[in-house]
Amino acid sequence: MAAQIFAYIEHKNGVADDTALELISAAKHIFPDASPTAIVTGSGTDLDGVCSKLAASYAEVWKFGSEALAYPNAELIRKLLVGVLPSTAVVLVPHDTFGMDLSPGLAIKLDAAFISDAVGFEGMEGESLKVIRQEHSGQVSTHVKADIAAGAVINIRPGVFQPDESQSVAGQVIDKSSEVGELTADRRYLEVVVAEAGDVDITKEDILVSVGRGIEDQDNIEIAEELAQAVGGVVSCSRPIVDAKWLEKARQVGTSGKTVKPKVYMALGISGSFQHLGGLKGNPFIVAVNKNPKAPIFQVADIGVVADLLEFVPVLTEKIQEGK
Amino acid sequence: MEILVCVKRVPDSAENEIEVNSDGSDIERDDLVYSVNEWDNYAVEEAIQIVDKVGGAVTVVSLGDEESEEVVRREMAMGANNGILVSDEAFAGSDGKGIAAILKAVVEKGSYDLILTGAQADDGAGQIGGMLAAMLDMPYASVVNSIEVLNDGKLKVGREIEGGNQEMNEIALPCVLSIQTGINEPRYVGIRGIRKVASVDIPIWGASDLGLDVSKVGESGAGVKRIDYFVPELGEGAEILEGSNEEIAEKLIDLLKAKGGIK
Repeated sequence: MAAQIFAYIEHKNGVADDTALELISAAKHIFPDASPTAIVTGSGTDLDGVCSKLAASYAEVWKFGSEALAYPNAELIRKLLVGVLPSTAVVLVPHDTFGMDLSPGLAIKLDAAFISDAVGFEGMEGESLKVIRQEHSGQVSTHVKADIAAGAVINIRPGVFQPDESQSVAGQVIDKSSEVGELTADRRYLEVVVAEAGDVDITKEDILVSVGRGIEDQDNIEIAEELAQAVGGVVSCSRPIVDAKWLEKARQVGTSGKTVKPKVYMALGISGSFQHLGGLKGNPFIVAVNKNPKAPIFQVADIGVVADLLEFVPVLTEKIQEGK
Repeated sequence: MEILVCVKRVPDSAENEIEVNSDGSDIERDDLVYSVNEWDNYAVEEAIQIVDKVGGAVTVVSLGDEESEEVVRREMAMGANNGILVSDEAFAGSDGKGIAAILKAVVEKGSYDLILTGAQADDGAGQIGGMLAAMLDMPYASVVNSIEVLNDGKLKVGREIEGGNQEMNEIALPCVLSIQTGINEPRYVGIRGIRKVASVDIPIWGASDLGLDVSKVGESGAGVKRIDYFVPELGEGAEILEGSNEEIAEKLIDLLKAKGGIK
């Protein structure tokens, strides 16, 4: 019999994260007959609401309610899970900033295998699970074999597995709050500081001219601004540009920045990490300009230009201006 | 404050086209440009800034082959006080747990208040800091983008969470933090800086120096193993426009006009 498989559910303001239904498909890619159990931690009526909705998709929903779990502190949740999970459990967690916080340490404390940022599964070979991952900023993929006989914690890349929206299960919520017990941590959650609004709202723009590391120098941002002006769009960027303080955080597209839904997205010198693409919704027409033909952005773009943006973009801008 | 920063020598993915070799056993490593993992470099800068404020020392450790010495030296040129190279053939093929176990032995050989890693490296796993913390029974925070030293043996740390928001936490020392890029502006390291540390002795520690059971680390101890590298069969991918820059620009303008990309 296959090991019992669990899905850690992230939720906020009474709504389960998109990954909640993606983890069901991921589980079925691991064990085709899997019926994963949802693990939901939190407090109050928000928690009840999330759990009852999930019971349409998960046969069992384990609810852990406690004031101590009102905010998902990874250290507290790790202690909870170590106490309540069976010893050979396979636990699926979204690979986001919470999953990165929780899972490596959880795997150590469960004495289980850890697989980070899984993007695919190719079944079991004996006691080993064959997993697909990516390395080198998504430029190459790898097969990884993990011995999961003693259990596993597997972080699943968000957005890769199709959400299971069948809602075909009449599942039950099992209240396990009495098992929470006394939880203490050496790390205490204080508050969430909300990102500052910028001078433009890139989430409302139809045309984004987005720059990445390929812009090379702060002075070159002007090249993108000129193109943006010519096409009637606005300049946005990927993370390295914000790290370098060349543009403000409010211009950053990605999971750690803004989620945008333009009609046209021009990615200039952006490699296309999954964190960046995670902020791009609504199926825009994507034009990628990058001098590295191996850049992952070309896998998702509609149109690609393999060129140095510093040479190509001024030519493009000039031709657009001429045509007006 | 005594700070240990774990750094890794990696192919610089911004500078390289990474290709899989003919039998898929590795990437093509000839002609790759290597550097210190970008996240780790931010971690070293942060450690130096903390020590500048509150005193103490920064030690940089790298686990890898002999060539990793160059990144230790580079980070010492930045201002780290001490460097250690951890290198042993028995360590080759270690999985995340193996690497964390080796680093745990390094931590226990010294006396550190704070241990920093980069939030992730070339394999994109982002696992070592969290594993190391759990093995050491220390608190942990990942993707940290601000650190403030408080008076009572605690830090106030900001974590970068989704949507550009920042989650603030108070964390007790000693602890392990994984550092996100953008937390600071790493200083430039010039030739003069490198020259200053060119003859500094960097000790090399192997399994016996660290009292490690070699069956628990390296290939033999690894429960999670990379089998091969491959290039996935893709969907259609982008239509690549060919021609001179002028020709491509004209084609692109037509396409953009059709898609509402020029107002």
